[in-house]
This record gives sequence, C-alpha cells and structure tokens, in this order.
Amino acid sequence: MSDFSTWDIVRNLLLAARWTVAMSVIAFVCGGVAGLALLFMRTSKTQLLRIFAHAYIEVFQGTPLLMQLFLLFFGIALFGIDVSPWVAAGLALTLFTSAYLAEIWRGCVEAIPRGQWEASASLAMNYFEQMRHVILPQAFRIAIAPTVGFSVQVIKGTAVTSIIGFVELTKAGSMITNATFAPFTVFGLVALMYFSLCFPLSLYARRLERKMNVTR
Amino acid sequence: MSLVNVSGLHKRFGDVHVLKGIDLAVKEGEVTAIIGRSGSGKSTLLRTINGLESFDAGSIDVDGERITTGRTDLRQLRLKVGMVFQQFNLYPHLTAGQNVMLSPAVVKKTDKRHAEAIAREMLAKVGLADRFDSYPDQLSGGQQQRVAIARALAMSPKVLLCDEITSALDPELVNEVLAVVRKLAEDGMTLIMVTHEMRFAREVGSQLVFMHQGRIHEQGDPRMIFSAPSTPELANFIGSVS
Repeated sequence: MSDFSTWDIVRNLLLAARWTVAMSVIAFVCGGVAGLALLFMRTSKTQLLRIFAHAYIEVFQGTPLLMQLFLLFFGIALFGIDVSPWVAAGLALTLFTSAYLAEIWRGCVEAIPRGQWEASASLAMNYFEQMRHVILPQAFRIAIAPTVGFSVQVIKGTAVTSIIGFVELTKAGSMITNATFAPFTVFGLVALMYFSLCFPLSLYARRLERKMNVTR
Repeated sequence: MSLVNVSGLHKRFGDVHVLKGIDLAVKEGEVTAIIGRSGSGKSTLLRTINGLESFDAGSIDVDGERITTGRTDLRQLRLKVGMVFQQFNLYPHLTAGQNVMLSPAVVKKTDKRHAEAIAREMLAKVGLADRFDSYPDQLSGGQQQRVAIARALAMSPKVLLCDEITSALDPELVNEVLAVVRKLAEDGMTLIMVTHEMRFAREVGSQLVFMHQGRIHEQGDPRMIFSAPSTPELANFIGSVS
C-alpha cells in the first residue's frame, strides 16, 4: 500500500528487532545458567546425573528447534495451561541454548589437563571447589570465543519463534509484507538487521580466538 | 607404630595385575625411596596412598585414616597426605603465591591474610620468597617444582608423596629441587618418593624399596642394599642405571 513509506517499514522493523534482541538475551542468560548446571551434571562423578545430562543434550541437539517449539507451545496447552508465545519461545530457546552451551563448555573443561584435577584433588579439594577455583577459570578462557560464536546461532534461532505468533523481527517482516506487498524490500531489510546484529558478534568471536591463541 | 601402613594391596588395570600384594610400613620421619623399572608398579603404589588410584584388595592406613576398596570420601585422608608430581601441575592461571594459598583458603577456610602469610613462609622455605607474584610460565622448571612442594607443604601434611619429581627437569635444575627435599628430610618430614636419583636415595633414604613386576622384591637400608643387593634383579637394575 502506498501510504507505507520506507521509513515506516524500517521504523516498524526496528521496533520489532527489540524483541529479537530481548528474546536472544533471555535465551542466552537463562540458557547459560541452565547450561552451567548441565555442565556440572555432565562432568559429575554420579553416573545418573551424567546419563541425564547426556540424554538432555542429545534430545535438544538432535531435534529441530521448530519441533521443540511446537511441542512446548501445543503440548503444554494439552494440560489446559495457556502458554503465551513469550513464555513458550523463551522456554524453548532456553532449553535449546543450554544443551549447546553445555556441550561447548564440556569440551573446554575436558581440554584442561588431567594433572590439574589430580593436583587439586591431592590438595583435598572436592569436586565443586576444583571446578570453581581450578578448572572453570582455565576453561573459561578457551570457552569465550566459541560461546560468543554460538550467540549468533541463538539470535538467528529466535526467527523460528515467529511461527507461534511471537512478534519479533521475522514475524514483523511478514506482517508488514502482508500490508505493503513489497516482500523483497521488507525481507531484505530484515536480513540486513539480522546481519548487523550477528556480524559484530562473529567478528568479536574471531578476534577473541586470535587473542587467546597468543596470550597465556 | 608406623605412620603409613600398606597391607595386602592388590590392583588391576583390566587384565594387568599391577600390584600383587604389597605390604609396606613407613615410620614417622622416615624417607622411603621406591625404585624399579617402569611398569613395576611403583607410581601406582604411590598414587594409591592418597586415593588418586583405587585398588582391588587390601588396605592403607595413614595416621588413623583407613582407605579400603569402597571408600570414596578422601578429604580427611588427603589433608594428611601431600603430593608432588612429575609434571609440577601448578595452576597456570594463578601466581606462585596464589597457587600455595588456594587450598589453605578454600579447604581449610583459613582467612586470607593468614593464608598469605603461610604461602610466603612456604615459598621462603623453598627459596622462592621473591617469586610470590610470578606466574608459573615465568618460572623455570626447577622453580615451578619448588612452588609445587611449597603448595603441598602449606597444607601441613603428615606425609609427602613425591612422584618422580625431578624426571621432567633439565639436568642442571635437578639439584635445586633435591636440595629442598633433602632439607625437608632433615627437618623430619615423612617422605615417600618414587625416584630415579639413586645417589639421592642412598644418601637421604632411611629405607629403600625395590619393586619388580608388581611386588616388593627387595627392601631395607639403602646403603646396605646398594652395596650388596641380594637378588640378581636388583643387581641388574642398579647396574643398568648407574
């Protein structure tokens, strides 16, 4: 429709992009916390915890995010509980993010030499003390780059939540397209906005990776 | 009464029977040197004494703490048994001082100022008082190993296990580490060390243990044993290393 100027389109997309950012931050923070808990379970001495964490990770890495979203959104509704798109999207992305982060971080923890575990054990530290003071500070350094790199996947992953009616960048794009009949312009702008969110992060991740390779 | 008492110890790695019934007693203030070819089980034996390796039969007593096959809570035991490793295993993200302070602060809940005082004292003891703020990668191998010794001592262990602590060092750095160990022995520290330093074992050791194929093959006063080995295996071993 002719009463939509380009500026109108951009403005509305930018407003919707806020929710993309907000959802990404929620997924990343909650997923990070849950991922850390999973990491502790995955590397624990208790077999049951290890099996649980492993199964969790396999399930959420081995199924499409879209299916997870559907199952949460429609599955919980079966129990008569009304879930808002916000909650369903936040929950699904958190589960998805935590599974990937736990696995990325597990790799970093396992990269720490066995001698560090043995030395701290011989100095009477328990598992949590070892993790807190010896293993995680070292694993953290090597985890930063891949973690920032993965945050790009989370941002792009939020696009999927448009399907259950959560209005973020992609959903706003299709709504505006329905009104303007200018899909190429609109989705071109949508893509550009995703890119300007993700590219700086990728760039930062690459820089961190280089930096970690040269310093202690 | 012995400080450390190992009895009837058996250990298997899968099909390999690495320890075939070890009995060993170590008295307080004694220096026990364990020698033997690689694969004779000497490092494995040492590592069972602070629970880094489990075992399949037998028991180990250290100053009233008993380890058996099923025991998993090793904290009390490890408070009494310190260990120094071949590869130093210092925490690379912490300074020398922080390496030494960490366990007293975290495990024993010593307040930070007191823990730091202990760390400075221990570093001084190993001749590194001025390297408190150095990171491990700024130190030579010999200095790193001395920090590792200070780190173990900071927990005031009853016995110190040394697992080939000079084997990863350049030859010119071996003596500075051995000098520290010799000083500890003179101060009455109970030491159990797996070593390839035969001369050191002879000079400082109170008892020598020769391990062969998972058993204690010969045992006794190092001066006597070295000059008159009673088994051909030990004679052979001494001939091959000296």
